[in-house]
Amino acid sequence: MREYSLIQLEQLALEYRERVIHLAQEHAFGVHLGGSLSLAEIFISLYFHIARVDPANPSWLERDRIVLSKGHGNVGLLTVLAMRGFFPTERFKSFNQLGSYLSMHADAHVPGVEHSAGSLGHGLSVSIGMALAARLDRQPWQIYCILGDGESMEGSVWEALMSAGHFRLDNLTALIDRNNLSQESRTQQAMDLEPLAAKGQAFNWQVHDVNGHSLSELIAAFVAPHPAKPKLIIAHTRKARGVPSHEDQIKSHFAHLTPEQADAALAVISRERQQLSLEPS
Amino acid sequence: MTNLGQSVYYGKSSREVYGMALLELAASDERIVALTADVPDSVRFTKFRELWPERFFDFGIAEQNMMSAAAGLARSGKLPYVSVYAIFATLRAIEQARTDIAYPNLPVKIIVTHSGISLGPGGPTHHCIEDLAIYRSIANMTVAVPADGVETAEIVRLSHSLSGPLYVRLSREAEPAVYQREGVFSFGKSRQLRLGADLTIIACGAPVGRALEAAESLSSQGIQAGVIDMATIKPIDSQAILEAARLTRRILTVEEHTIVGGLGSAVAEILAESGSAARLTRLGIPDEFTLAAPYASLVAHYGLDERGIENAAKKALQERIGD
Repeated sequence: MREYSLIQLEQLALEYRERVIHLAQEHAFGVHLGGSLSLAEIFISLYFHIARVDPANPSWLERDRIVLSKGHGNVGLLTVLAMRGFFPTERFKSFNQLGSYLSMHADAHVPGVEHSAGSLGHGLSVSIGMALAARLDRQPWQIYCILGDGESMEGSVWEALMSAGHFRLDNLTALIDRNNLSQESRTQQAMDLEPLAAKGQAFNWQVHDVNGHSLSELIAAFVAPHPAKPKLIIAHTRKARGVPSHEDQIKSHFAHLTPEQADAALAVISRERQQLSLEPS
Repeated sequence: MTNLGQSVYYGKSSREVYGMALLELAASDERIVALTADVPDSVRFTKFRELWPERFFDFGIAEQNMMSAAAGLARSGKLPYVSVYAIFATLRAIEQARTDIAYPNLPVKIIVTHSGISLGPGGPTHHCIEDLAIYRSIANMTVAVPADGVETAEIVRLSHSLSGPLYVRLSREAEPAVYQREGVFSFGKSRQLRLGADLTIIACGAPVGRALEAAESLSSQGIQAGVIDMATIKPIDSQAILEAARLTRRILTVEEHTIVGGLGSAVAEILAESGSAARLTRLGIPDEFTLAAPYASLVAHYGLDERGIENAAKKALQERIGD
């Protein structure tokens, strides 16, 4: 796999955000904007640096599995898969159309998508099954499961957290996209999840608390060894990060961007891109 | 006296046979894994766990997690057999079964025990009279109910080659023996066990054996009742149903399940859409919550014993058939 420098990864994260913003502008029906943008650096670090995947052979047996459990981040997942070459970007023309598997929620008919998600609280359990299979077959591949913080209100998530600790799954990493917002509430208000890190530790996970928009922090957490324990990364993020009209707001969950809103968001990216070009590579 | 060709599973309950037949399969295919939720002995996984501890997974009392994990194992090349009480596979973890297993059409076999009212004194919290209705409404699912131990062995063996998901409903209690020998079972094909010109009893599970006894008793009273073992609820053998309707014009379905949505409903759908002028009587649990009592008392209470089936058949013969 091609090696990317940190700056190149930053550039890819900007491209990812740009693509998601365009999709939110193009689709009058709306897209899951906020939760796709909180995943920008998480997806870029996984698909372009951490995980061993092969776009030419999506079902390669020894690939690492990336399971998006918060299926509402699908616009982000499809974006990073297209960027990574799993399917041509033109296929987005069929988004939400009859006969296409590119739609609101993650669908495993799409090359590179490991699990059909959208109903919350399933993906970590599916990942546990994958991790048990890998261990049984003495396969080296890793499983990375991405959950939402709102999703973590589901009881099945805690069944899964408990069992992964019980089974000592050292080939499983779960990441919670901690953007503090669910569909219609601040998570604090809907259901207090804290103290998340202490809960993870109490369930026998190795826990990392990171800035989910920092590629270097994410990468450090992803590569940290975790013998005899599953790893939980709590990635602190902001929903719809970089979209001034929607950032950290409840309405960002599912949104259509007007041309003005999109332009303002693209201007933010353009400024960030300029700053990046000034940094020594 | 030995009976040549008699199955080693003859006279054994579906639950006992499941545990034994799975061992045969698992010995021949190491992809087979067994999953349960704190009830390994109840579902007869004891020996499996002893022989292949690394292929056995107990998820504790957490059926939802277990069901989705089965999907993850299947996605990674394993052939999971998931076994718990029927009620928890159906009403606790149904969304996981539907979305994670049936939607991607994964080869997960959900083989449940303690179905229907077979955990008699357990009462409505442990009875499961809705599973056939629920599982048969899920696309990609095959749904089967063996009549006895021998048929269970056939189904378990055949389950191995089924590429999609399967739900099999087993009883906690021993069923009356129906089959002596193992034959050729195929999903979607029923078996006519007895011919009769006056009416046809279509049953699944433990009621099949009781229907045969009822038919015997009816015969001594001059009533000729045919009996069909409809072991596959989905896909249902519509050809056999229509043939029975044509020949006897009266059909009695018998199941240890609510009359809403199970075998009787599946038969009704076929008959109604065929335009056939046949009279259907559905015998099962009425649309009400069950009582807690010893299994045999409940079976008698709901008229699902030989006497009840016999009476239902006689009553059905009184009913008028419309033009």
